[in-house]
Amino acid sequence: MVKINGELLDIAGKTVAEYLCTAGYDVKRIAVELNGDILPKSQYESYVLKGGDSVEIVSFMGGG
Amino acid sequence: MKPSKKEWQEALIERYGKDIYTKITSGKVAVCGLGGLGSHIAVTLARAGVETLILIDFDRVDITNLHRQQYNVNQIGMYKTEALSENIKEIAPFTEIKAYTEKLDKNNYSLLLKDADIICEAFDDSLCKAELVNLLRENFPEKYVIASSGMSGFGDANIIHTRKVSKRFYLCGDEISDVSDGIGLVATRVMLCAAHQAHKVLQILLTEEGDFYE
Repeated sequence: MVKINGELLDIAGKTVAEYLCTAGYDVKRIAVELNGDILPKSQYESYVLKGGDSVEIVSFMGGG
Repeated sequence: MKPSKKEWQEALIERYGKDIYTKITSGKVAVCGLGGLGSHIAVTLARAGVETLILIDFDRVDITNLHRQQYNVNQIGMYKTEALSENIKEIAPFTEIKAYTEKLDKNNYSLLLKDADIICEAFDDSLCKAELVNLLRENFPEKYVIASSGMSGFGDANIIHTRKVSKRFYLCGDEISDVSDGIGLVATRVMLCAAHQAHKVLQILLTEEGDFYE
């Protein structure tokens, strides 16, 4: 199981890019922290999620 | 009459005590974007005693900014960096301000932000927010980043919150409302979000990891 924003999901084996696409995220407006460190956007396609990973996805809304 | 620097320092020490005074005044904080969020963050931090502020914005004060930003009618047309520096000096005259009238992006962020310990992202545009936060987290992992997402409209004040995303990375806002959804930005909720960001700055200055009351 992979923890995404606190929720356990059965998505081990998917790449981060695949998950983000399925979940409907706009990759230009987010930041992804993987196990406490930023995941560079260049690794979204290559990083394969594994059991025990903890992912925080921050979505940026407009306004400020 | 303008107080002397000694009188100013004594007034803060009387409020905070020497220990807290020393920690707060030692802060080197950058505010990226001086709109509704950034203008309030900067004024509040200066008022609270933060002595070194790095202020960055390329824009000028517009009449449509005045309903929610810390500027005055006679400042319409001025660069926000200049107008805000002026206002801060009237509130906290001994604040050291480094103001950069530039568009902050991947070409200049490392130069403009190198001296900051804590960086507040206070941009308006969601693409720019994401770009800056990713740049900072990838290249300045030792610095604190306090970003913002979701503070527009007349919605519930109580859903504006601060969330620790990971080590040295905090997010403030409701994380839901978007400026394009409806009414746009309203002074009160923008101030709430700005206060959350400024408050986290103070907590970080007081305790190493910013988990003061968590």
